[in-house]
Amino acid sequence: MVQKETTVDADFDKGPYLTSLVEEMLEPYDPSPKAVIQVSVAIDEIFSNIVRYSGAASIVVRNQYDESTGMFSMAFIDNGVPYNPLDKKDPDVTLSAEDRQIGGLGIFLVKKTMDNVTYERKGNENYFTIYKKMK
Amino acid sequence: MKIEQTRDNSTLTLALEGRLDTLTAPELEQVVNSNLDGLTALVFDFAKLEYVSSAGLRVLLSAQKKMNKQGSMQVKNVCAEIMEVLDITGFSDILTIV
Repeated sequence: MVQKETTVDADFDKGPYLTSLVEEMLEPYDPSPKAVIQVSVAIDEIFSNIVRYSGAASIVVRNQYDESTGMFSMAFIDNGVPYNPLDKKDPDVTLSAEDRQIGGLGIFLVKKTMDNVTYERKGNENYFTIYKKMK
Repeated sequence: MKIEQTRDNSTLTLALEGRLDTLTAPELEQVVNSNLDGLTALVFDFAKLEYVSSAGLRVLLSAQKKMNKQGSMQVKNVCAEIMEVLDITGFSDILTIV
């Protein structure tokens, strides 16, 4: 099991850094390129969501990879306002361009492409965790 | 992300390279909006695009709505990973993918 924890400012500019950390961590294990792309998209969705809505000044990310199962997990921890994006109703993806609302599409995408997604409020912190099989 | 613009009269082709996400989507939006005058065909070339997140989808939707009023829009060379994103979000029905 490999694990790495990093704290970053709640700043949109830090998104690519988080993606590069994950890519570096997984690279030695020859992960599925498709899974890496899906995780990268999930990082953009979740991180930008927290930066936009939480009001937290910084965000802790806890990356974990289990070589025996190929399961990667990434927890986003912030001490902002309680906010569970999983409470949001899924968007209607059958509407025409004119009727489309873009809100909620990012988290919907994360739910559809990750193997599991969890939210917990612990003390004064939000824990949003994604799980993805990399093999 | 790199955006290569080719304007041929009323047709604009935007070849995107890299990642279309929260950080890069505003730049694309600006390029689209500043080229709308007299535009009747907008073509996105995704051949070198690695991925699209919802921030990028928002720009594509906005561009599609604008081009519905003044011409047409096409997206070409979509890789399997991006196609999956378009399928999940229903964007494959909204966009014209060639």
